[in-house]
Amino acid sequence: MNKPLTEHIKPGAPPIDLAAYERTGGYEALRQALASMEPGGVTSMVEESKLRGRGGAGFSTGMKWSFVPMGDQAPRQKYFVCNADEMEPGTFKDRFLMEHNPHQLIEGMILGAYAIQAPTGYIFLRAEYHASQTALARAIEEAREAGFLGRNILGSGFDHDIHLHTSAGRYICGEETALLNALEGRRAIPRAKPPFPPVVGLWGKPTIVNNVETLYNIAPIIRHGADWFNQLGLTGESGTKLYGVSGRVNRPGLWELPLGTPLREIIEEHAGGMRDGYRFRGVIPGGASTDFLVEEHLDLAMDFASVQKAGSRLGTGTMIVLDDRTCPVGMVLNLERFFARESCGWCTPCRDGLPWVEKILDDVERGGGREDDLDLLAQQAKHLGPGRTFCAFAPGAVEPLQSALKYFEEDFRRHFNGNGCPYRSESAASGTRQVPPGNGHRI
Amino acid sequence: MATIHIDGKPYEADPEKNLLQTSLTLGFDLPYFCWHPALGSVGACRQCAVRQYRNEEDTQGQIVMACMVPAADGTRISIEDEEAREFRRSVIEWLMVNHPHDCAVCDEGGECHLQDMTVMTGHAYRRFRFRKRTFNNQYLGPFINHEMNRCIQCYRCVRYYKDYAGGRDLDAFASHNHVYFGRSEDGILENEFSGNLVEVCPTGVFTDKTLKTHYTRKWDLQSAPSVCAHCSLGCNTLVGTRYGGARRILNRYHYDINGYFLCDRGRYGYEFVNRPERIRHPLLHEGAHDTETYSKPETCSADVALKEARIRLRRANRIIGIGSPRASLESNYALRSLVGEDNFFNGLPAAESHLVTVALEILRHGPVRSASLREIEEADAVLVLGEDITQTAPRMALAVRQSVMRTPRETARKLGVPAWHDRAIRDVAQSDRGPLFIAAIDETRLDDVSTAAITRAPNDLARFGFAVARALHPEAPPVDGLSESDTTLARQVSDALANADHPVIITGTGLGNEALLQAAANVAWALLRCEKPAALAFVVPEANTFGAGMLDGRPLREAYDAVSSGDADTAIILENDLYQRTHDVDVDRFLGGLKSIIALDSLRNATTDRAHVVLPAGTFAESDGTFVNNETRAQRFFQALPPEGDIAESWRWLGRLAAGSAPSEEPAWKYLDTIIDAMVADYPELRGVRDAAPSADFRSNGARFPRSPRRFSGRTAIHAQFDVNEPSPPADHDSPLSFSMEGSTAVPPASLVSHYWSPGWNSVQALNKFQEEVGGANRGGPPGICLIQPEKNLHPFFTEIPATFRRSGEKFVVLGLPHIFGSDELSRHAPALAERIPHAYVTISDADARARGVSEGDQLVLRIFGREHKLPARIRPKLAPGILGIPMGFPGHAGLVFPVDGHL
Repeated sequence: MNKPLTEHIKPGAPPIDLAAYERTGGYEALRQALASMEPGGVTSMVEESKLRGRGGAGFSTGMKWSFVPMGDQAPRQKYFVCNADEMEPGTFKDRFLMEHNPHQLIEGMILGAYAIQAPTGYIFLRAEYHASQTALARAIEEAREAGFLGRNILGSGFDHDIHLHTSAGRYICGEETALLNALEGRRAIPRAKPPFPPVVGLWGKPTIVNNVETLYNIAPIIRHGADWFNQLGLTGESGTKLYGVSGRVNRPGLWELPLGTPLREIIEEHAGGMRDGYRFRGVIPGGASTDFLVEEHLDLAMDFASVQKAGSRLGTGTMIVLDDRTCPVGMVLNLERFFARESCGWCTPCRDGLPWVEKILDDVERGGGREDDLDLLAQQAKHLGPGRTFCAFAPGAVEPLQSALKYFEEDFRRHFNGNGCPYRSESAASGTRQVPPGNGHRI
Repeated sequence: MATIHIDGKPYEADPEKNLLQTSLTLGFDLPYFCWHPALGSVGACRQCAVRQYRNEEDTQGQIVMACMVPAADGTRISIEDEEAREFRRSVIEWLMVNHPHDCAVCDEGGECHLQDMTVMTGHAYRRFRFRKRTFNNQYLGPFINHEMNRCIQCYRCVRYYKDYAGGRDLDAFASHNHVYFGRSEDGILENEFSGNLVEVCPTGVFTDKTLKTHYTRKWDLQSAPSVCAHCSLGCNTLVGTRYGGARRILNRYHYDINGYFLCDRGRYGYEFVNRPERIRHPLLHEGAHDTETYSKPETCSADVALKEARIRLRRANRIIGIGSPRASLESNYALRSLVGEDNFFNGLPAAESHLVTVALEILRHGPVRSASLREIEEADAVLVLGEDITQTAPRMALAVRQSVMRTPRETARKLGVPAWHDRAIRDVAQSDRGPLFIAAIDETRLDDVSTAAITRAPNDLARFGFAVARALHPEAPPVDGLSESDTTLARQVSDALANADHPVIITGTGLGNEALLQAAANVAWALLRCEKPAALAFVVPEANTFGAGMLDGRPLREAYDAVSSGDADTAIILENDLYQRTHDVDVDRFLGGLKSIIALDSLRNATTDRAHVVLPAGTFAESDGTFVNNETRAQRFFQALPPEGDIAESWRWLGRLAAGSAPSEEPAWKYLDTIIDAMVADYPELRGVRDAAPSADFRSNGARFPRSPRRFSGRTAIHAQFDVNEPSPPADHDSPLSFSMEGSTAVPPASLVSHYWSPGWNSVQALNKFQEEVGGANRGGPPGICLIQPEKNLHPFFTEIPATFRRSGEKFVVLGLPHIFGSDELSRHAPALAERIPHAYVTISDADARARGVSEGDQLVLRIFGREHKLPARIRPKLAPGILGIPMGFPGHAGLVFPVDGHL
């Protein structure tokens, strides 16, 4: 009951099929909602649950749904879209859910679609997620056969069907409006907002786009109520969260924990602390596009508000730990290389600023860095900030950079004067491997 | 109106506009790239950053893009804010990361928006120390040069080409800092409006390939305001010239006509001016007629030619004058005055002449107005009846393409999306388009945005039009025997037109069908009777067809009759190749029956080859004169080149001919204003011609307006190898323009604008400073005067409904198919444009092809008037059976008057 997302999941086991899902109460929430709740009632309950989007931005899910025009004047065609384009570096939470329990996503989507009265749903899935694709395709088929999808679901008069669409790839498709463009067969470029998708979305129609993890919460909320969900969190924010840790910790993995679990507990207890011979230097808390947190933040409650107050973002809640034997400049370079490559190319700062940042960092790593690169990088980070670019991609992309400049300035300086990366020579000297072996998921 | 605050000062603003457009209108130099007044805002380049404050107390504010924020009442922004300025510099710095800095060898150099904006933001020193990325360039056809390395990824090109002009073969490829703008593979850009990329592109990625062959910097181009000579719309152009040649055409903004864009015929047709087949000296051709004593024409002096011409005129029994729809109003009038009313013929075949008269009568006796292109663009329902406007009046097709966005824009407005927010409008609109109905003989290039497109034989198109009128109003005559589907569609069209606020009906003379004009008039009149402010747009074939028509000349047929009946023996033929207009057998007979032929023209042709005296007429580039466009708007064009040698406007030659032989005798019309005054006195209807542009004595602060830009540098270089003295500029007694760089620096009246330049604004976007508001009316009002204002009284409906088309036996009706590239007599001579002319062909319907076992590409033998034309077949699924089409005006069948009977 206190792990609504993962309680029935056995890591490594094949996906839970329809029968198994129904045995554990699956589709009960849907039956309940279709039989006894108005669409608006579903939205209100989700609003009352205070569920916030788990894709990274943390916007209130129920409020988002409430923006969809309802009633006779509203367009008949609406869409409910699941954003399963999980491409955030270091993030592997949605994949874990979809590969193991696809029906809970489908049930959440049908409930959401019912709430906004959308006859059509899409799952926009990252192309590389083959196991998820197989699991979802089969689950959709099962749900169709069982009458949970299709016309007149469970005799309610509500029609809904879900189409599985695998992305052609690109990180920006995770941005909900770029996702809609990609789904329409256009260039994956974010749209101007406003108008927001709940009013003008897929093919110009009202559309809700929700993250996978967000949607896994819907059925449990409908079944157990908003109050139950509210009390799951530790710090006043509702529900649980899938937290993940990668880096040189003893047990990299993924855990469903109450929202607001302290950072120290996640890293030291669940991830087993740092590996021998490595010291904690910092952590990017929510995927690659969030600011570093450092030692002073270890007692931070990992909820949306607290992390924001500390100057970063909870993001996806899947963190990458920086140790003392890894070069922060190299780490940021690695991330900025990714972001520079994944920029959609629509707006100038992102398209031309990020590759410049990447080149400077690369030069710094190779020993070409200069003192004034610090100002240049800081200036780039500032000018790639919120409001200056077309979407949130670039501001996110420079969050690790700007915080690295703040916390690890000395490391940058050590690269200058033709030195290049000091860590590279250290690791070469000591003969340690740069990349630790991978590890399985742990709950 | 709203009040906004910019850097602490209040300004009046239009809340329907965004802050960028507003700031520019107010005169602030706020840099921008991706925004374009005609294309709207998309927020891509991030160049127009300003700081916006929430209210008076807010001292923090935030950086916003001016193009994405409405100028709502109470808005407070700072353009001068240091951080905003720093960010704007930074945007240029980013754009310069990969820009090749090849200004010195770039055709855009000196008129480059990127250069201007770079200077404006103050970015000067390069901090990027790494390698630039490079691209391959593509072959894009004869019009456009492609140099992708210069690209700053503003996305204007694809937004213009795809979204605005409906092109399909230019796109953005790849992503991040490798975004590439081009075609999927090398090849000719297909869209008829591709040339505008040259002006839309803010730097040197897309440049004018014809200019490249005779390149001159903007600051060395002597330019004058002109009017396009290649169709009836009268788009305004700027003709750039140097060293006696025309170098390029740029768009000259006309708020009501062409706005920011021209078609490719208008932009690239100019090169005929520089051709070797130009007639530059008078020619005497004694043996023009006599195949026995055939001699080559000899060049002679103007005096000798005039003397010879006068002798021939004196000896004449009766002189007839043949005017021309491609000659100016003044030249036609001069001819008419010279030969007298009874001897003046308008130079049109009888059928066309009749259609022009019918169209003019419909406009005169109203009460329906003639639609300007802007009105078409803003129409919320359009019916195109019969005319293939993409081919006959291309810029109108571009306007129609915009009209279909009006309804979606309205939908977007209801969702709170402002009209300038192109990005969001396209997300809202998706594939929704407003009502556009096309009735044509075959598919057209506008069908992709049409609500419905039907193809029928011309008579059936007219019948459809009559049916629409009938569906609108019970007094309109009913159409018997219309098919059920056509009746239903006619009802749908009438509903759409009746529900519109600004419906426009478009038709033309292209199919040679009078009933089409009448049907279109009936629809417009029916709408007026339903209290809808309908407007009507007629398309006629040439730049001055309506002008020639308004001089009441009689058709060519009657001129031919006058010769065959024996009383006329001498003809003056004004800028008219009769072999392009009527059947060569008729022309041969006509010319053969004349004792003397005096021809005035600019290019050698079959008619001038048969003339005894040929006088070298100026082209539009060397002439002052007036054209009357398809809305009956009189517009003046001015000399961009001082005529070389003996070249002169036809009206000037005719004035000298009329003056008589004494050397001391003054020409009948010495100056443009003199002939206009005489013409207006004779034709009260042409009154407005005088006011179409300021007269020659107009001055601004006592000075003329210079044709050369202020930074004109080449004047002493022209003959530097001989003499470094500066030759004195040619005098100009006909216009308030000077052939020099000296003169008034004020913004001239729009009809006298020779180039767009303003301090800091060297590119075409200096146009901003020549508008009342950016994207709005020309300063001082758009040029030209509409000559015909409709009467207020309702006109009774036309009642003669043609019979439905039925083929008779084996006979086909052959129609002329207009081609944007190839059907226009003059532009055909332009080398770049000539590359785009297709080979002649014949279209045949699917059914006829099947019945005769014809496959695509088969050589068909088409017999017309007993002559065989061998043409490859193009099978058209939507063409009506019984109809064939062949390209209009192509060599081999140029003089055919369509429709005409033919046999396979």
